[in-house]
Amino acid sequence: DFNERCAQCSEVNWGLTDGGRYYCRSCHNVTERTREVINTDFMTNSRVQTISKGLRKREKNDGGCEWYICEGFQLVLKKQAEALEALGVCPLMKDEILCNFWRCYLQKSKQAYCNRPAGETVKTLSVCESSTDVDSESDRPSVLHLLSLSESEGDLQTDCSFASSMSKVSASTSVYSGSVDGSLYLMKSQKEKLRMTMPMTLSFCYMALLWLREPITLSELLRFVAEGHIPYLNVFQHFPEKMKLCGLDLKIFCVESWPVYEEVHNKMLELAAFLDLPRFPDITDSCFLHPDMLCIKYLMEANLPDELHNWTCRVVKKIGIGEVDFLTLVPGNKSTRKVKYDILAAAVIVVVLKLLFLLDDHYEWLLSDFAEERNKNNKEGGLYFEFKKWYEVVKHSLDVEQKKWDEEKAKYMWRCEKPLFYSVKNKSKVLKRRQMVVNLQNQFGKLSSSVRGAEKPNPSSFQLSWSEENTDGSCFHGHSLKGILQEKCGLLTAMNPDYWLCTVKLCNEKQCGHLAHYREVEFPQSYHFVLRLFSFLLRIQPSYIHDEVCMIEHKLFNKKIYKKLKYNTVLRK
Amino acid sequence: SSYDHKLNFRKSKEACLSYIQDAMLQKQWKRAAEFLTSYIESLEKDYSREHVGPSEMIWRIGTEILCHHSHSSMKEFNCFIEQMKISGVKRYLKVCLEHVFHLLCNGQVDEAYQNLSLAESWRFGDQTAIQDKEMKLIQAYKGLLDYYSWSKQKNILLEHGLDGFADLSVEQEMHSCFRKAAVNLKEIIKIPGVWDPFVKCYVDLLEFYGDHNEALQVLNEYAYNSRFPANPNAHVYLYQFLKRQGESKKSLISALKILHDIVPSHELMIDFNTMLQKSKKRKKRRLGLEVIFAALDYAGWKENVKAWSCLARQVKQIVISEKHLHWIKEEWSSRKDWWPAFHFSRYLAKRNWQKNKSLSYEKALVAGILLGKDCKYFKYISHQGCKAQVKRFRMLKKFVNRHNPVFLRISD
Repeated sequence: DFNERCAQCSEVNWGLTDGGRYYCRSCHNVTERTREVINTDFMTNSRVQTISKGLRKREKNDGGCEWYICEGFQLVLKKQAEALEALGVCPLMKDEILCNFWRCYLQKSKQAYCNRPAGETVKTLSVCESSTDVDSESDRPSVLHLLSLSESEGDLQTDCSFASSMSKVSASTSVYSGSVDGSLYLMKSQKEKLRMTMPMTLSFCYMALLWLREPITLSELLRFVAEGHIPYLNVFQHFPEKMKLCGLDLKIFCVESWPVYEEVHNKMLELAAFLDLPRFPDITDSCFLHPDMLCIKYLMEANLPDELHNWTCRVVKKIGIGEVDFLTLVPGNKSTRKVKYDILAAAVIVVVLKLLFLLDDHYEWLLSDFAEERNKNNKEGGLYFEFKKWYEVVKHSLDVEQKKWDEEKAKYMWRCEKPLFYSVKNKSKVLKRRQMVVNLQNQFGKLSSSVRGAEKPNPSSFQLSWSEENTDGSCFHGHSLKGILQEKCGLLTAMNPDYWLCTVKLCNEKQCGHLAHYREVEFPQSYHFVLRLFSFLLRIQPSYIHDEVCMIEHKLFNKKIYKKLKYNTVLRK
Repeated sequence: SSYDHKLNFRKSKEACLSYIQDAMLQKQWKRAAEFLTSYIESLEKDYSREHVGPSEMIWRIGTEILCHHSHSSMKEFNCFIEQMKISGVKRYLKVCLEHVFHLLCNGQVDEAYQNLSLAESWRFGDQTAIQDKEMKLIQAYKGLLDYYSWSKQKNILLEHGLDGFADLSVEQEMHSCFRKAAVNLKEIIKIPGVWDPFVKCYVDLLEFYGDHNEALQVLNEYAYNSRFPANPNAHVYLYQFLKRQGESKKSLISALKILHDIVPSHELMIDFNTMLQKSKKRKKRRLGLEVIFAALDYAGWKENVKAWSCLARQVKQIVISEKHLHWIKEEWSSRKDWWPAFHFSRYLAKRNWQKNKSLSYEKALVAGILLGKDCKYFKYISHQGCKAQVKRFRMLKKFVNRHNPVFLRISD
């Protein structure tokens, strides 16, 4: 059924590999051409072949086997899904959702499950040891060029030395990697077919979690990654022995930086559009990701009174951000601003605090003094919420946790047991150096104050916790807002009559990336503190929360802003 | 990319370094060790663009921690240093040298010597030539330790006297140490620099074996060669050598001249002034006066009886001879504004009288001449002295009274 001439030896003598690909029996050239098998899956009409179990690849003489980059990523995703399942995520995610997303991706990016990709042939590239017999072509991309294409960090020096060591080995050696298509992979243009990267594995995970509406926000996911509960850094050490990693593979699979919220989120959106996914399952008000629900969680974690929840719900309702259509992801729809559930909920709380306490470094302390007086004189009927006390208690805990986190970041061990080398040439050097590192670490580890290698803390949804049972009064959940509220026309409103806008005019997000530009010095300390608190809880920069706050404020005070754009920013509610 | 706040390997290690620095400044060695354990990973990454690379950082930080940590031992330290020697070939000799210093500070002289010998025999392609300076230092210190052995053996011999063959082997070893030491010490002091201990030891060797010419040449070079940095000690050594050799006053004086220029407050200025005062040449005596006044400009000399007695003697002699009064005037003109408060206040008069009668005597004489009989200092001291009926003070009073007009001539 397949009668084309082989690109390498021009014969027509085809066999099928275990993976279902055609290979030339004369010269062993493997193509991407697969036997098409019809199968239905829940998303599109794509023809998908079931993935064979296990890696029964043709063995090479060094004990390694041939493997493709996408197989590596597939393993990574599998490991991550398993970890998520261990954390309590529904098994459907691993067995169906993520799997199918991945297959769809492979198909759309023409790496598998499709007709032979246009213009691409996969040559058997040399694996670490041997050089090929392929003559060097004049238009073969230079090694340095390929190295620079990858977005993973590297040092110029190592790259250069790798590049030069390559050229010394043999003029006819093509750029190599442990995988079959490492160099080809890096050559592919980024934008064109959404080339897979390590951060994108997290985008895949998040996308699957979102599809299932699992109660894990993106910030939590990234925190679990940072705490080591979900494999990311050095995940390649779980690749099977036979999948040898070296050369350019390192550029692809070895990351030396933590993925950032924005990056993962944006890629997720791109991915959803690329895969032509339909509208995601609805985010209704009973979902964990709904702002009303997330606000409960964050209010608890921030040690704020439960009563504030009424207010967050009111704000959410007023500006319509609790609507199903607002919250649910529709891939590819460029007109609507994409919702970041966790940041949105945190921002709602910040706005509510501003509404009730003003947070101008003056009024909130005044209110606190009144509450303190009242609490001193009148112990019955429950305590009134005192901003000052809350600030002291929370700041103390925040400082302690922040310090711990900063130290963790500085003590972080990036390398793992499995040594990495670019080429066989520097293998022995790398191994020697690793041995020295291990020796030195042992020596100084013994002299350290704390014993490292203690088990990582159990994954927990809450980073700060406050118990009502504590008699020291450090839990504010049950405190009352009575002191700062008044009744007007049967409705409870805030005693605070004022509000200040974070910004009068929003920036164009598409141009400069932000709705507003946050600079700590320009805002009250109390506001900064509140941003700092949520910034720590979500592990993101305060400016992102600030952006959402601006967005919410502009929705809330829409009419007034429009009218008063010429005047100063203090509004009367 | 716009994700500048992304935490990456480099930032993480920078933060780690600053934690190490803080811990070290606060002498929290356990904490420093903890963070260093994380930092050590940097060895596996390439930092060749940085000025100071991680291997050098680790060497220096690790050394500090191991020096101060309560659970650390010399054995651990040595083990660590051996690793450091391997980790950076461009630094090999420097690490060896510092290791040797450390061993010497811990009294492990034999181990230090072994390390020096090992280091001396090291060869590594073109690095050998590049690290030439360190190699010279290694040889120099080896020479110093050879001198130290020589010295020990010499003392053994001197104690037991040269009797019997039993001492022959010691003597032979002593001579062999001398030869080794001499070769290396001679080499290092050729290079412009400050080599005080090496020079001293080398000169000691030469003197012992009677090669005074060579010794003199070495010391002259060390003191007078303009390529060498100005070094007061060089002149001191030369002076001491000449004195030992019984050289003439003329050469002794000439040896101290530059010392006076560089360090007017040097303790040898007393000897210098003493020699100069006695000289027959007018210029020399004039210089003597300048020297002693200059020395007493320094607070460290304020209560030095010897210095004051030198000045007093010379001033007295000038006053009595009534020649060269203008010398005193010249010296006094730049000092009359501040010496009174500096040396001759009433407070000091009381203090000096209480603590040291001789001091107050000498000072009173000088004060009386320079400031007249009515000055606070002189008045107080002479009053006290006469009250106590000490003869010399009465003589002093008479003397100053008699020569009061001199003061008037000086002071205008």
